[in-house]
Amino acid sequence: MIARILLVAGALALLAVGFSGDRFWLQFMGKAMIGCIFAMSLDLLVGYTGLVSLAHAAFFGLAAYLLAGLSNAAGFVNPLATLPICLAGAAAAALVIGWLSLRAAGVYFIMVTLAFTQMFYYLFNDAPGLGGSDGLYVQERPRFLGLDFSERTTAYFAIWIALVIVYLLLLRMLRAPFGHVLVGIRANEQRMRSLGYPTRRYKLTAFVIAGTLAGLCGYLDATLYGFVNPAQFSWRQSGLVLMTVLLGGKGTLYGPALGALLLTFVEHYGERVTEHWNALIGALVIAVVLFLPRGLAGLLRD
Amino acid sequence: MSFSLFALQVLNGVEQGLLLFLVASGLTLVFGVLGVLNFAHGSFYMLGAYLAYWIAARTGSLLAAVLIGVPVMALLGLVVERLAIARLYKRDHLSQVLLTYGLVLLFNELQRALFGNDVHGVDTPTVLAFRIPLGSAQEWPAYRVFTAVACILVAAAMRQVILRTRFGMRVRAGASNAEMVEALGIDVRKLFSVLFSAGTALAALAGMLAAPLTTVYPGMGEGVLVLSFVVVVIGGIGSIKGAFLGALLVGLSDTFGKVLLPGFSSAVVYAVMAAVLLLRPRGLAG
Amino acid sequence: MSLSRRTFLGATAASFAAGRVFAASKAKIRIGLLLPYSGTYAALGNNITDAMKLVAGKLGNKLGGREIEWVAVDDESDPAKAPANVNKLISGEKVDILTGPVHSGVAMAMMQIVRQEKTLTIVTNAGAQAVTGQLCAPNVFRTSFSNWQTSYPCAEVMLKDGRKKAVLMFWNYSFGQESMAAFKEGYSKGGGTIVKEIAVPFPQTEFQANLSEIASLKPDAVFVFFAGAGAAKFVKDYADAGLRDKIPLYGSGFLTEGVLGAQGAAAEGIKTTLHYADSLDNGPNKKFRAAFKEATGREADVYAVAGHDTVHVLAQALDKVQGDTSAQKELIAALESVRLDSPRGPFRFSKAHNPIQNIYLRQVKGGKETVIGIAQKEAEDPAFGCAMVK
Repeated sequence: MIARILLVAGALALLAVGFSGDRFWLQFMGKAMIGCIFAMSLDLLVGYTGLVSLAHAAFFGLAAYLLAGLSNAAGFVNPLATLPICLAGAAAAALVIGWLSLRAAGVYFIMVTLAFTQMFYYLFNDAPGLGGSDGLYVQERPRFLGLDFSERTTAYFAIWIALVIVYLLLLRMLRAPFGHVLVGIRANEQRMRSLGYPTRRYKLTAFVIAGTLAGLCGYLDATLYGFVNPAQFSWRQSGLVLMTVLLGGKGTLYGPALGALLLTFVEHYGERVTEHWNALIGALVIAVVLFLPRGLAGLLRD
Repeated sequence: MSFSLFALQVLNGVEQGLLLFLVASGLTLVFGVLGVLNFAHGSFYMLGAYLAYWIAARTGSLLAAVLIGVPVMALLGLVVERLAIARLYKRDHLSQVLLTYGLVLLFNELQRALFGNDVHGVDTPTVLAFRIPLGSAQEWPAYRVFTAVACILVAAAMRQVILRTRFGMRVRAGASNAEMVEALGIDVRKLFSVLFSAGTALAALAGMLAAPLTTVYPGMGEGVLVLSFVVVVIGGIGSIKGAFLGALLVGLSDTFGKVLLPGFSSAVVYAVMAAVLLLRPRGLAG
Repeated sequence: MSLSRRTFLGATAASFAAGRVFAASKAKIRIGLLLPYSGTYAALGNNITDAMKLVAGKLGNKLGGREIEWVAVDDESDPAKAPANVNKLISGEKVDILTGPVHSGVAMAMMQIVRQEKTLTIVTNAGAQAVTGQLCAPNVFRTSFSNWQTSYPCAEVMLKDGRKKAVLMFWNYSFGQESMAAFKEGYSKGGGTIVKEIAVPFPQTEFQANLSEIASLKPDAVFVFFAGAGAAKFVKDYADAGLRDKIPLYGSGFLTEGVLGAQGAAAEGIKTTLHYADSLDNGPNKKFRAAFKEATGREADVYAVAGHDTVHVLAQALDKVQGDTSAQKELIAALESVRLDSPRGPFRFSKAHNPIQNIYLRQVKGGKETVIGIAQKEAEDPAFGCAMVK
């Protein structure tokens, strides 16, 4: 009960930021909320299904580039058109990569997803006409019915709504039989299979859902900043979000969101503390793995 | 493409593959026996290269760098295994990935603090600073021949150790069934430490041999790490033979991708990996 | 470095809390530095920063009568983080003037925002054509170079040397692509033919396969774009493959900048074009190099010079408007009329706000970069697609 009240209070606090009109905080917290969705979607794989995927950044980047392409080449600005196309693109990529990667179990899966992320990175970095390492602008950002999403306040509220919807959607899904099967697969895939569940299909479904949500994050990010870049595909991004999930507490949904908020702030202020900022992050990761395997959510529960 | 150019490109690919094998073999051995996926493996390659530069700049000899540097890195491997990796046995893959990812960040900072961010060249040893003419227009640097031969020798030595020695027997047993090894009363902890240290030394040796060829620069370990993953996935985890085949395949497809498909060449290696996954999901030797 | 950054950031927070005074005469002038202080390009970021502070110190730490307050952000040369970092400086720290970055991808992200927010911006390194081309803006100036400027003049140099058949080889990212496009423009205009273009994925440094190809193509010369680690390795591999004495190597100046030591004897004889050379024989250069060496213990380089010129440019313009950054129109006009006797030679802005500067022809002789002439006098970037040029 207390947890629920805290969650609602947190959501309302985030909503309130939207009314501040402060240009810095709107973009800063907008970015942080995108991080929340990104981490929650990965938690579906890591925390619930037991799949450690390093391909998450690939779907983020793909949807972002799709939006840029649709806007620049085809002049699509209506989100009712661009959002479904971008999500479908991310989902299709997740289907192919997931299908291939899931042929390999366990640790193979990690390496294969990493390799495919890297492949995407190179494709978007090297392919002619995609702006190379300089990236691309989204010439015309989504707008419809008088709502212009290049306005920071409008974009902020859109992201807030996306965050709430994604959270409720994932919660619902995990409480449904589908979610229980996923948790069952994580605990003992053999048993689930002998119970007659097509476990690979379940895992692939989870992978595609998570990939689509990662695509949503890419779409929102490109809308908020109007800029896409191959660095968004880099395996460091995948590694960072994986760390966010563990820091927040995998398998809790709200934990990874909390982790994302916290990391955004640590990143903003931490850089002032030391030049060896990356060493600090490295030490933090190691400490969390060794001493706080259940993450912040685990601390809160105790 | 003329035949002589084709032959030369095959040589180029094989040589690149052999160096990759040195790195990938350590990665696959450590995973096969210790069950730990080590993201910091590329950092050992990078640190090896920096050590080679540092020592060679002071002694003027790459040989001295290898003789001093390899033991130093083996020791570092031992320390890392005791302090960090040992806590990962029986932990899930997520913990392994993240902890070793944290190590990558730490080692990058260590390199920055110790050696700075500059790019450094390492001279090829003067005995090997000549070129072997091949055909009319082509020349093949002797040092490349040397590294290729050195890699083959190391591969052969590894094969001997693993097939013929008591240590090798334990490694093989550990790779197939760790509990049984323990039941036989073999000190698994010691076995693991030695093996991890050997894997570290192999990666560092590869970095040292590669230093004159690639120059030494920050972030050089990460590219090698991802390629090693591809090698291991293609070859099959824990298999030295697979790593050998995989490394040659990656080296050759990268080389020919560059010549035949410029612009998309970096994707060629991954396409090959996808094909192997489709046909043999457990790798060539799996 | 870390200490000083921490201190002025602390000062920043304090003054922010106290509320900003808009009276231009009294308030400190806040200058944002968006530069890499970690990662591959950290050395570049540090050289630019140190040069800026060195020059500012000589000017009494004042620009247009206002005391300078630096606000530095480590951009890590990561374009993915760039929008957030720019937001931090413009909307968060509310800097009066933004300077940086090194990485073109970061610059593109920055351009997107400063064009909207109209922040006065000085690009101190990134050479992307768009900055003073398609995306040029009245509030954006560049004190470094455009990619075009570093490569176009080399075409004429090669043709004059009688090399009419060339192979191009480059890192396939925007810096490389734009350099090649500029070179090709000049080379075909002068009647040269390009036998083959070899694009190497960035940042791969395995060149052996392509070198074998070059040897079999037997062109008159090879023009390349590589920088940093790639440049060091390429030049060594080129010599190792026995090509150095057979097919002369040309490039934009970044082929040898900062990596001559790593390249050693392999770099001997390479001709490159750039808007600066360490050995330039002029008063301001000698003075600046000596001062930089004394202050930092390091040798100044092309990056430090951009930092040096940035502060001088700002000082001249801000003096003219008495430090009133709110009068942006007047300030921009003042910047446009700046004339500088820079360590790189005469410096002024084009209509697109890119430097008009000499491009020097340099050659490595005896392990040193020597200037053997001017490849193009007062080279002006064509500023394709810039609306401010008519």
